[in-house]
Amino acid sequence: MSKMSKSQAVLQSEKITVDFSGFKAIKNLDFQVKPNTVHFVIGPNGAGKTTLLDVICGKSKASEGKLTFKNKYDLTKMTEYGIVHKGISRKFQAPSIFSKLTVFENLEIAMKQKKSLSGILFAKLKKDNKKKIDDMLNLIGLSEEQDKKAGSLAHGQKQWLEIAMVLMQEPDLVLLDEPIAGMTKTERMKTGELITQIAKDRAVLIVEHDMDFVKEYADVVTVMHEGQLLREGSMEEVQNDPQVRQVYLGRKVEAHA
Amino acid sequence: MIPVRLDIYDEGLLLQNIRGGAVGMSKLLVQSSTNKKVILLLILAVLLLAPLFLSDFRLNLLGKFLAFAILAIGLDLLWGYTGVLSLGHGIFFGIGAYSMAMYLKLEATGGGLPDFMAWSGMKELPLIWLPFQYPMIAIMLGMIVPAAIAFLLGWLTFRNRINGVYFTILSQALVLVVVTLLIGQQNLTGGTSGLTNFQTFFGYPVNSPTTQTVVYLVTVVALAAIFLGCSKLVKGRLGRVLVGIRDGENRMRFLGYNTSVYKTFVYTVSGAIAGLAGMLFVLQVGIISPTMIGIVPSIEMVLWVALGGRGTIIGPIIGAVFVNAAKTGLSESYPDMWTYFIGALFVIVVIFLPKGIVGLFEKFQERWKRADVKDVKEPSGVTVRKNYSRL
Ligand SMILES: Nc1ncnc2c1ncn2[C@@H]1O[C@H](COP(=O)(O)OP(=O)(O)O)[C@@H](O)[C@H]1O
Ligand SMILES: [Mg+2]
Repeated sequence: MSKMSKSQAVLQSEKITVDFSGFKAIKNLDFQVKPNTVHFVIGPNGAGKTTLLDVICGKSKASEGKLTFKNKYDLTKMTEYGIVHKGISRKFQAPSIFSKLTVFENLEIAMKQKKSLSGILFAKLKKDNKKKIDDMLNLIGLSEEQDKKAGSLAHGQKQWLEIAMVLMQEPDLVLLDEPIAGMTKTERMKTGELITQIAKDRAVLIVEHDMDFVKEYADVVTVMHEGQLLREGSMEEVQNDPQVRQVYLGRKVEAHA
Repeated sequence: MIPVRLDIYDEGLLLQNIRGGAVGMSKLLVQSSTNKKVILLLILAVLLLAPLFLSDFRLNLLGKFLAFAILAIGLDLLWGYTGVLSLGHGIFFGIGAYSMAMYLKLEATGGGLPDFMAWSGMKELPLIWLPFQYPMIAIMLGMIVPAAIAFLLGWLTFRNRINGVYFTILSQALVLVVVTLLIGQQNLTGGTSGLTNFQTFFGYPVNSPTTQTVVYLVTVVALAAIFLGCSKLVKGRLGRVLVGIRDGENRMRFLGYNTSVYKTFVYTVSGAIAGLAGMLFVLQVGIISPTMIGIVPSIEMVLWVALGGRGTIIGPIIGAVFVNAAKTGLSESYPDMWTYFIGALFVIVVIFLPKGIVGLFEKFQERWKRADVKDVKEPSGVTVRKNYSRL
């Protein structure tokens, strides 16, 4: 990685506002995500964390402001599928995989390819396609399960499959919404390792509630409160911020201690 | 009355044979695709040889059912695979049928005014009828016009994210509009009595046994072609993408798919297939009228697919043939029973047979397979699993 790209943000949000018929879930948010970073977003319920992911991936529309991706694209003017092709992939909070398709087929339709009708109509499974899928199956440890219907997987495996689907697109920015919710301890650790691994060549923006997990894996933490950015920094800085302690962390951290 | 009953008997026998054959073979049939192919080829052979052992009357009926089966495949491509329920396919079928009927009518009058136009005081052939003097153009329009209407409607609705039940209601509204137009514009369309009294088709007497046999064979070939084409479509990556759209359209958008293009495409193909079915129908039945393409038939079409088994290509064929064979038998011997029967069938399918006849069939197969695997080779579980994974 060159020094330039290290210092430049992958994603730059300028004065973003999301308005749900009068209620502003995000207000005037300035915010950036740097490359090769594990970036967590935390904050109390209703702070606007999910909405932030929604507006980045095109699920919700910003009423004001600009979201610049890779210094080039204004995401607020693009469709969901257009955003994907520029290099942003999102994992939803509830695992949303295709349960009637096999694990392999889930990855096959997710992979980076021409996703236009003509592209898909004449698509063949090429050798390098298959290799990419096999490598991904190895990475998430589901090689044995590749021919099983995805619906028959365990909860944790479904979460990994969805992360894998997101990665198949070879994105520069990955959005994860509470990826470890409902996972066992071992599954959490595996997921953490996976996240560290994938952040080697891309930025990962994660919404998460579990403070121990955030502490363990975060490079940067952003605290949101009532649709605004409250504090940003390392986990330590954020944890020791009196304002943050007051609105949110204080209670949580004490409860954990 | 007797031939009608025989006809049902034949259909029943046909189904029984399919099932019997499959069960007999099921020692070999660990979902092997070669065996499936053999069964399909057998069915095709039986259908192609049917003119040798069926009377003209029964052959004609079977041809009509097969025309319906063609439509059902297209409808299932849209509903079973893509998750878009259309309650308006009667219209696409109808446009195909009317296109063919207009050509037949003009050939019967030798290019002059059809009788109903003369009665309503028209002096010359309306513009909209002119292209239908030429059989090749009429045949092409019979598929292009329904495809174009489907494309337009699909493009407008899907692109604006009008989906699910709202789309279904719209598709039903389309039926009302078209049927009202057909009835209202009597001097153009023949009104409620529709179009009938045809004489020749490409110069051959349309009702002669020879012409009818040829039309029947064309129907069989068309069915086989649609079956093969659609099977190929859904076995490719497109099939997986369509299932993805059916089961999680939003997810597909966030995987980079412009789903409305896919839905519009399938709707368009489905409309064209319905048009083809309509043309083959009118050639064999000899009449088309608004009641044959209205709301009730449109709903019945969905039932064919549901009963046969949606999300499969063979299911809709089985469903269309079975329901229509039953309809022919019942409604001619006990006309009042048909409505009860179709109602009961609907309830049975929804409650007990959500996957239709094919689903039932697969359940039996599954049982056989399990018994087989246990009996013969328990340890090779891995290879067995691999075998039916990427069919
Ligand atoms: N589609 C929507 N319509 C209206 N209000 C919404 C919508 N989505 C989220 N909100 C509201 O916006 C606020 C922020 O929600 P969200 O981003 O989901 O918070 P969280 O930080 O818990 O993920 C909440 O008050 C929520 O009720
Ligand atoms: Mg949330």
